[in-house]
Amino acid sequence: MVERKTSSGVEASLTALAVSLRGVTKVYDNGVMALGPLDLAVRKGDFISLLGPSGCGKSTALRIVAELSAPSSGIVRVARHEGVALPGHGIGFVFQEPTLMPWSNVRENVRLPLKLAGVPKAEGRARADDALASVGLADFAEAYPRELSGGMKMRVSLARALVTDPDILLMDEPFAALDEITRFRLNNDLLALWRSLGKTVIFVTHSVFESVYLSQRVVVMTARPGRIQADIRIETVEPRGEAFRTSAAYSDYCRRVSAALAPSYSGQSTL
Amino acid sequence: MNAQAAVTAKPSGAQRALRFVLPVVVFAAGLLAWELVVRIREIPPYVLPAPSVIVLTLIKDWAVLSQSLAATLLTTLEGFVAASIGGIALALLFNQSKWVEYSLFPYAIVLQVTPVIAIAPLLLIYLEQQTAVVVCAFIVAFFPVLSNTTLGLNSVDRNLAGLFQLYGASKPQTLRFLKLPAALPYILGGLRIAGGLSLIGAVVAEIAAGTAGAGSGLAYRIAESGYRLNIPRMFAALLLLSLAGIVIYGVLALISHLVLRRWHESALGKEN
Repeated sequence: MVERKTSSGVEASLTALAVSLRGVTKVYDNGVMALGPLDLAVRKGDFISLLGPSGCGKSTALRIVAELSAPSSGIVRVARHEGVALPGHGIGFVFQEPTLMPWSNVRENVRLPLKLAGVPKAEGRARADDALASVGLADFAEAYPRELSGGMKMRVSLARALVTDPDILLMDEPFAALDEITRFRLNNDLLALWRSLGKTVIFVTHSVFESVYLSQRVVVMTARPGRIQADIRIETVEPRGEAFRTSAAYSDYCRRVSAALAPSYSGQSTL
Repeated sequence: MNAQAAVTAKPSGAQRALRFVLPVVVFAAGLLAWELVVRIREIPPYVLPAPSVIVLTLIKDWAVLSQSLAATLLTTLEGFVAASIGGIALALLFNQSKWVEYSLFPYAIVLQVTPVIAIAPLLLIYLEQQTAVVVCAFIVAFFPVLSNTTLGLNSVDRNLAGLFQLYGASKPQTLRFLKLPAALPYILGGLRIAGGLSLIGAVVAEIAAGTAGAGSGLAYRIAESGYRLNIPRMFAALLLLSLAGIVIYGVLALISHLVLRRWHESALGKEN
């Protein structure tokens, strides 16, 4: 982890960027300005959080990066490694809900992106099983989504995002609906996965504590239209663990991030 | 939710038994009262036949009635298959193109709301009798399949649709792996309604055809027996029609349950 940091510190050129947004805005059909203008550069291998009040456009920003939504103006650049010709394969997306197909078992759900890309069945199944093993669900390949708990469904969703081996993982408040204990466990598992796989992660959340615990950079956004209020780098000894969650440095960062967030909830209400 | 289920689970064994026993008791009591009234007041069979006479007629006339039953069931099956294929195919076409939907949907509604009994005589003029009867069964049965399939195809989870878009799914892939499975519970619900309706359509057309001349289905037997005042045979044919309807519904409900039992809420046990 430390090595990666030093190496990415040296090269600040454009090629080291995984995602770059410049002057990106989103105006809805009804004329509401939802986002921007937003400038954001994410280096390869970074774990960054987009934090902001609900309705600030952070999910919209994520959907724009994933090409699920088109920006009204601005430039979006997403780095894709060589040889990835298939659409979507450079990006894994984890939705707010698990978004699983109830009629398919867990393995088939995870295999879906490969099936759509025409990967042979046997290879797809093997890769789906590998992805399931990486999120600790190797024994549940035959289960149906309804038989799983909320946390396990989210793990399946994460395995599906990882199965194409994407460079960039986009996560849209993935753990918001889970209880705190499950969320802490998934936070730790996600950090471990990120350390071992070295993917770029953009994580949207409305939890100050979660953003500080997980990310190297916390990007605080303003209320609608979403712009960047603060960009706070979280520096600590890696790998992080439960010790960091209870440290003084952690609460310091939480205080700073909360302070940056304050204008958007002490100011005029958007509700 | 679970606690509630546990509480209601206790008496459910006895309750479930009662749910089967009670209708049977009511049925038996009704038959007995019917039999007694007919015998005590000596009502002649051409006014009201006793249940025992109806059963005897069913056995005595089985050769004629079974042939008619087979004819009606064949018509029903042909109408049902045509309605299923036509309804699902049209719904898929609507789903692919809004323009086709806007152009044709009003006519599907017109076909549905015009009473089939009024269309049947016209069809009998223009079409061969057997074809006309099948077409009637089709007209009555196809609308629930069409509207349910359309509803199902439009009920796809938005996030799942986004996921398919993200992974660059083609239109046929989205249809096969997302839309059709998502619509399946709705389609099966439509087929369940269509099964009973195609029997009704077949009967209506047979009655219309019967008054016009030849025919061989159960409804034709009912009309024919009516002219001859053979009331016991009317009842026997009616009994067969009713049983056929129950069996059709039961078979389709069973198929629906078997197909959906692994994943859909409607087919899951209460213990979850």
